[in-house]
Amino acid sequence: MSLTADELRERTRKLLAEHDFSDRLAFLRARFDAGLAWVHFPEGLGGLDAPRALQSVVDAELAEAGAPDNDPRRIGIGLGMAAPTILRFGTDEQRKRYLRPLWTGEEVWCQLFSEPGAGSDLAALGTRAVRDGDNWVVTGQKVWTSSAHTARFAILVTRSNPDVPKHQGMTYFICDMHAPGVEVRPLRQITGEAEFNEVFLTEVRIPDANRLGEVGDGWRVAQTTLMNERVAIGGHAIPREGGMIGIAAKLWRERPELRTPELHDRLLRLWVRSEGVRLAGTRLRQQLAAGSPGPEGSAMKLAFSTLNQEISGLELEMLGEEGLRYDDWTMRRPDKVDFTGREAGYRYLRAKGNSIEGGTSEILRNIISERVLGLPSEPRVDKDVAWKDLPR
Amino acid sequence: MTADLLYSDVEEDLRASVRSLLADHCEPAALLKRAESTEPYDLKLWRSLAADLGAAGLQVAEDRGGQGASAREIALVMEELGRSVAPVPFLGSTVLATNALLASGTDHELLGKLASGAATAALAVPLSTGPDRVKSTVDVSDGVLTGRVGTVADASVADFLVVPAGDGLYIVDTGFTVSELVSLDLTRRVADVTLSGARGTAIATGAAAAEALTAALTAGAALLASEQLGLADWCLEETVRYLKGRYQFGRPVGSFQALKHRLADLWLELVSARAAARYAADCLARRDPDLPVAAAVAQALCSEVAVHAAEECVQLHAGIGMTWEHPAHLYLKRAKANQIALGTAGRHRAALATLVDLPS
Repeated sequence: MSLTADELRERTRKLLAEHDFSDRLAFLRARFDAGLAWVHFPEGLGGLDAPRALQSVVDAELAEAGAPDNDPRRIGIGLGMAAPTILRFGTDEQRKRYLRPLWTGEEVWCQLFSEPGAGSDLAALGTRAVRDGDNWVVTGQKVWTSSAHTARFAILVTRSNPDVPKHQGMTYFICDMHAPGVEVRPLRQITGEAEFNEVFLTEVRIPDANRLGEVGDGWRVAQTTLMNERVAIGGHAIPREGGMIGIAAKLWRERPELRTPELHDRLLRLWVRSEGVRLAGTRLRQQLAAGSPGPEGSAMKLAFSTLNQEISGLELEMLGEEGLRYDDWTMRRPDKVDFTGREAGYRYLRAKGNSIEGGTSEILRNIISERVLGLPSEPRVDKDVAWKDLPR
Repeated sequence: MTADLLYSDVEEDLRASVRSLLADHCEPAALLKRAESTEPYDLKLWRSLAADLGAAGLQVAEDRGGQGASAREIALVMEELGRSVAPVPFLGSTVLATNALLASGTDHELLGKLASGAATAALAVPLSTGPDRVKSTVDVSDGVLTGRVGTVADASVADFLVVPAGDGLYIVDTGFTVSELVSLDLTRRVADVTLSGARGTAIATGAAAAEALTAALTAGAALLASEQLGLADWCLEETVRYLKGRYQFGRPVGSFQALKHRLADLWLELVSARAAARYAADCLARRDPDLPVAAAVAQALCSEVAVHAAEECVQLHAGIGMTWEHPAHLYLKRAKANQIALGTAGRHRAALATLVDLPS
């Protein structure tokens, strides 16, 4: 018998009665120990085996009391990707060791997946893992790693067997970012800041006890991570003009001198499309709540990234002369992306990443056309060839 | 209350009934043959749909001869009619004329006749009239109507006309002539209507008449979005089916990424169009004050999505898509005519500029 909403509300009130907020971390640890961190996780691991939908009951109660939260935006990779993967593939010891400090934010995680030669084609990756007794010796280069400079641990996919086809020879690990041989270099990007990193791994020794899943089964483990990455999108309802279009609409209303007929037409077209995508998001959530999730989920990120790019581009043109200026090219190392907080030029440039990060728009179109519309896949020339024999 | 953007089980049952009826009557070859015959409308299908299935009375209360359902169910029928480009006067009679009567608050017996399918009516305005562009070309003097109205939808088979004239709204059953035009849309005809001394029954005058007419056209725009959605849905589905089976260069054409991505983009447009069409129908059903915005958004989106879908359908069918025998052109003609009907996308965007305070 799973818990009811009333029982969860009762437990949340008890937590609030017994712990004050003066020590943020102590409160978060107590919340985890009470099973109110992620209620659908097992007991003892921050949850109560309750239905996932009931998390909102706990969150609402805590928000009303003004309780500190675990700042999910800052620890998003750990929460959204590492945690579900550790839960599904980790040993009991791994789950006990990693999940609590991950959730409280005491230990930040990053994701060592993409490589210079393996982006959309993740299974082509070449970071080598060679067994040496109870350890593995890992050498290679990873890229586009958000939070690597603040991370304590990473989820890491490697090539452990180059002699079999690419999907079969991969192994997945938890990597200690403080281990000798791990070097993090900022990767300065189009906006001027270094939100991402390159990570060089030079003979890094990883104990076999830090392996997630079986040797050679890394692709399957990585699929769990990637599926959870895409599930994270479209979670909450937004009001009309709640997204990027709201910023452009506000600018339009406040600055009549910037208006031209051509900009007006484009703004209205984008307003209509934004409203359509917003309503589609609402519809998707209604389908989920009714227990019949549609395939629209895979489309929302594609729709948002296109809109964000067009709207931020329009905003810059609306500004005209002011659009020729930029706020600040100083290299910064943000721990979280502040998408709307900076100026139009930053938004325009940062939005270019929306159609690349977390699956490029081209890959998402492949997913829609093959999995939703049922169109045949392109011929695959790499399926039965050993990884070492693939052209690169 | 928040909008419900899903389809209820009852609505899905209605969809199944309507689809099965249309499947029997709207076979492409039969549609084409009919389009060139002296009877372009399928009145047998119309009677089955309007009377036997009760679709004409869905939006009308039971005590006034209808089914007591709502605009949500009408929208669902419109989706199915769009999927089959059915040659029936549903838009003119059930959507436009019936909504004009409902909005005027009249208890004229015509409402019951339309709801039961016993009679068919048309709203005497050019089909291109948007909710914000109402202008009557008919004069009235002592209840006698004189004038001409061009391109009226479904007038060819109308027993009655609902006519905006002077500052009133009138019902007319005799004293008018309908001259058939050659219509762009082969499965929904427009015709010119001439009133010469027709005696009309006033159902609203002054501000009430203007409001009723705007309400009817807004309801029409809100519901036409569902027809556009259904039409787009058919075009996408049919194109996907064709591209899976058509081989060129030793592969199914649908395996080429250049084409897959176009279809994925089209599907994505449909996701938004469906949400917008459902929202407009739901706002209409609940009399939500957001209806004018919802209808304008739905038309601005769905009319263009439908045209895009029909154009992609023709292009991706390539040679066969250009032929008379393949039904793609019927869909393209309906989609393009619908883009003009009840206000173009550009006019609806202009209306939105005022409604949501984004002035030019």
